[in-house]
Amino acid sequence: MTEPTPTPAEERRTTEGSVYTVTGGDWDTLIDSDHDDRIVINMGPQHPSTHGVLRLVLELEGETVQQARSVIGYLHTGIEKNCEYRTWTQGVTFVTRMDYLAPLFNEAGYCLGVEKLLGIEVPRRAQQARVLLMELNRIGSHLVCLATGGMELGALTGMTAGFREREEVLHLLEFLTGLRMNHAYIRPGGLSQDFPAGWAEKVTDFIKVMRSRLPDYDKLLTDQPIWRQRLENVGYLPLDGCLALGATGPILRSAGLPWDLRKIEPYSGYEEYDFEVPTATEADCYARYRLRVAEMHESLKIVEQVVKNMEPGPVMVADQKVAWPAQLSVGSDGMGNTLEHVRKIMGQSMESLIHHFKLVTEGFHVPAGQVYSTVESPRGELGFHLVSDGGTRPVRVHVREPSFVNLQTMPAMSEGGMVADVIAAVASIDPVMGGVDR
Amino acid sequence: MPDDTTGTSKESAEPTGGEQSSAEASGADTAAQRAAGGETPRSGEVEQAPVDAEGAEVNRTGVTAEGGTRPAPSRAREGMFGIHGTGDTSGFGGLRLPGYAPAPAERPFGGWFDEFADDFAEALRERGIARGAVQQITIDRGEITFYVQRDAILDLCRTLRDDEGLRFELCSSISGVDYGSADGSGDVVQRLHVVYHLTSLTYRRRIRLEVALDVEDAHVPSVVEVYPTADWHERETWDMFGVVFDGHPALTRILMPDDWDGHPQRKDYPLGGIPVEYKGGAEIPPPDERRSYS
Amino acid sequence: MGLEENLPSGVLLTSVEKLVNWTRKSSLWPATFGLACCAIEMMTTGAPRYDLARFGMEVFRASPRQADLMIVAGRVSNKMAPVLRQIYDQMPEPRWVLAMGVCASSGGMFNNYAVVQGVDHVVPVDMYLPGCPPRPEMLMDAILKIHAKIMDEPLGVKRAAELAESGYKTELVPSSIKYAKKK
Repeated sequence: MTEPTPTPAEERRTTEGSVYTVTGGDWDTLIDSDHDDRIVINMGPQHPSTHGVLRLVLELEGETVQQARSVIGYLHTGIEKNCEYRTWTQGVTFVTRMDYLAPLFNEAGYCLGVEKLLGIEVPRRAQQARVLLMELNRIGSHLVCLATGGMELGALTGMTAGFREREEVLHLLEFLTGLRMNHAYIRPGGLSQDFPAGWAEKVTDFIKVMRSRLPDYDKLLTDQPIWRQRLENVGYLPLDGCLALGATGPILRSAGLPWDLRKIEPYSGYEEYDFEVPTATEADCYARYRLRVAEMHESLKIVEQVVKNMEPGPVMVADQKVAWPAQLSVGSDGMGNTLEHVRKIMGQSMESLIHHFKLVTEGFHVPAGQVYSTVESPRGELGFHLVSDGGTRPVRVHVREPSFVNLQTMPAMSEGGMVADVIAAVASIDPVMGGVDR
Repeated sequence: MPDDTTGTSKESAEPTGGEQSSAEASGADTAAQRAAGGETPRSGEVEQAPVDAEGAEVNRTGVTAEGGTRPAPSRAREGMFGIHGTGDTSGFGGLRLPGYAPAPAERPFGGWFDEFADDFAEALRERGIARGAVQQITIDRGEITFYVQRDAILDLCRTLRDDEGLRFELCSSISGVDYGSADGSGDVVQRLHVVYHLTSLTYRRRIRLEVALDVEDAHVPSVVEVYPTADWHERETWDMFGVVFDGHPALTRILMPDDWDGHPQRKDYPLGGIPVEYKGGAEIPPPDERRSYS
Repeated sequence: MGLEENLPSGVLLTSVEKLVNWTRKSSLWPATFGLACCAIEMMTTGAPRYDLARFGMEVFRASPRQADLMIVAGRVSNKMAPVLRQIYDQMPEPRWVLAMGVCASSGGMFNNYAVVQGVDHVVPVDMYLPGCPPRPEMLMDAILKIHAKIMDEPLGVKRAAELAESGYKTELVPSSIKYAKKK
C-alpha cells in the first residue's frame, strides 16, 4: 500500500486573489510562501453557534478576525407583504410570528399603532394586562438569550437552566392566553378575551418561583471565572458607535445611556409602575449579560405591581365597530361564542348578524394616514410604521426590528478580535432571525 | 394629468407651512375630495362612485417636485375571498374608497412642533439650503412629517443630526411605501415613497421625512455617510421596492436571494405563486396548481 | 424444538432486520436544523422538562455527516431551500426527514413569494407534524411514530416485497390515552 498522494487543491485566480477548493490534506502543502495567512471562512447559515440561520463570512489572519460580514435573509417570510392582504385584525396573527421569542411585544406594538390610527384608547384593564404579558415575555426572552448564549459559549448547564425557567414562563403564558408561543392574544382595541379565573394566584406563585430561581444565575454564571473571561472586554461598542449604528436596547444601555422607551415615551400606562432601568458603562458582552439578568428582576417587580393594581373591567373598547370578536367567551364546546350570543345574532337581530359577518370577514375601516409606534422589546426599539388609505387592510406595515438593526453592530464588535469572540459578540447582541428577516 | 385644479403650482412652498401655502393647499385638498366624490373616510362607509377616469382617477397621494400635495385617487376595491371578475358575489367588488391626501398643517402646530419647525427653518437658512427643500409639513395623530425634495435629503439629514438645536442622533428606520395599485390603475404619479424616521435622544423627539419618487426614476441619495445604520435599511428598501440609493457603499439584495427577479413588496408584484427553480430541477408550482393530498 | 432450546442462557435470537432496525431507531441522532419558532420548541424538547434523552435522541448533531434524522423546524424560505438540500445530501443513508410545523409541511399561513410551500418540494419527507408551533409533546409523538416506521424498514428488495404483501406494520404509539385504540 502506498501512501495516497494528496490531491492538489483546485486553484483559480480571481480579482480578490487565489481561490482554493480544499478537499483534504495538509494546508502547508497547498500554499507556498508568497501567500499570507489570510483566509476567508464561511460560517452558517446552519451552524449551532450562529444563533439561528445567520451566516457569517469571516476574513481571518490566523486567529484574528480582519473583517466580519453577516449575511441575512435566510428566514425571510414576507410577513410585511402578507399583512397587506389581510384585515387589520388578522395582521396580529402575522406579526406575532416575527420575533418568536417576544411575540407579545410584536402584538402590542402593532396594536398600539392601529389604535393610534383609529384614535382610540383601550380600557385600563387591557392596558394592565398588556403590561403584565409583556413583562412576563421579557423574562422568557432574556432567559432564552442566556440559555442559547451559554450553549454557544460552552456553558451547557446555562442552557438547561435557562430552558427550565422558561418553561415556567411558557406555562403561565399558556394559562393566561391559551398558547405557549404566537399568542395573537392582544388585538386592536384590547385583548381577545379576559384572563381566566384564578390568574392572580398563578402569577403570584410564578413570582415566588422566579424569585427563588433567578439568584441561581448569579451563582452559576455571574461570578464564574470562565464566564467572565469569555465575556469581559469582549464585543466592546461605545456609545457613539451604538448611535451611529442604530443599536438600542441592552446594547445601548450597556454603553451608559439609560434609554428605555418604557420611561422615555411611556405607553400602556408604564408611567405608573415603579422600576429601574439598569445601565452599565463597560459596553462589553459581560455588561450586557448583567443588564439582562437585572432586567428580569425589574420585570418581576412590574408584574408584582400589576397583579396588585389590576381592576376589574372590560378588556375591549366599547365601540362595536372595532371590538372583535363580539362578546367572545368559551362555549360548551370549548371554543367560539356563547350560546346566548349565537342565539341573539341568529334568531333575533338580523343587523347584528350582518354586522358580525362584516366585521369578521371584511374588518373595520381605519382612517387614512400613517403612524410610527414603538415599544421597548427585549432587544430594543421595536417600531411599527403603519400606513392606511382608509380601507380595511393596511397599505403598508413596516417593522423596525431591533434585531435587524442591532445585528449591524456585529462587525464593529468583533473585527480585530479573536474568532472565538465573534460568537460571544453575536450572543450578546441576541438577534432573533425571525425578527431580522421577517 | 387630469387635475389642474389641485393647486400643484406652488413653487415657493413655505418650509414652515406658512399661512399662504397652507391655505392654498387645503383648498386643493377640498377640491381633491370633491373630485373623488367623497368625504373624509369613516369606518363603515363605502362610497360608490362611477369608474369614470375623468372624475375619479386623480393622482395618488404624494408631493410633486414643484411642491404641494397630490390628492389620492379614489381606489377601486376588490371583492372578497380572492375572486376576480364575474365570480364575485361578495358585493364589495367595484366599490370605491374616497381619495386621501395628507393635509398641510396650519400654524400654530401645537406642542413642540412650532418651536422645532422654526429651529429647523433657521438651521436650513444657516447652512444655505434652499427653502424649497421642505415642500410640506403635515401633522397627523401627534406626529410631524416633512415632505422633502429628494436631492436635499442628504443635506437635511446632516443638518438634523449636527445642528445644536435639532440633534437627531438616531436614524430609527428607513423604508419604502408603494402607494400604487396592484393592477397599475389609477395613474399614480410618484407612487414610491421613501420614509425616514429620525429620533433625537437629546430632546426626545421623533420626526418623519418623506420623499416621493417616480417608479421610472427611483433614485434617491444615500444617507449612509450621515447615518451608518442606514446601510441595511437602504439595502432592504432596494431589495423590496427597487429604490436605488445613489452613493450607497454596496447596494445589494439583503433579504431575497441574489439572483431574484423583481422587488416583492411593490404593489404590482403578486403575493405568491412565483415559480422557483432549484438546482436539480425541483420547482415549486404556484399555489393553485399545487398537488392535491387525496 | 429448534435452535432456541440448545442455546445457553442469556442469548436471544431475532432476525437481522429487526436487530438492525432496533439499533437504528434506538439512537437516532437529529441534525440541528432549527429555522424559526419551531426551533425553539425543538430546543425545549431537548431541554430538561421534556428530556428527549429518554428516547436516545438528546445529541443534536452539528454535522450532518453524523446525523440520520433531519427535523426541519420552521418556515423554509426560497433562500434557505438550497442550503437545506445541501445539508440533506450530506447526511449518510439511511436518513429520515421530519417536517415540523405547518410551515415546513405545507407553507402554512405564509402563502407568499418568500416561503417554500412545503419542504417536500425540496427533500422527501417521512413524517409531517402539524401545529404552529407544535408542542414538545407533539414533537415527541411524531418522533415515536418515526421510530415505529423505522422498525418496518425492509432489508433488501425481497423483504420489501414480502412486507408489502403481508401488510404488516408496527403499531403506532397512540398520541394520547384518550384517543388510543381500546384493547
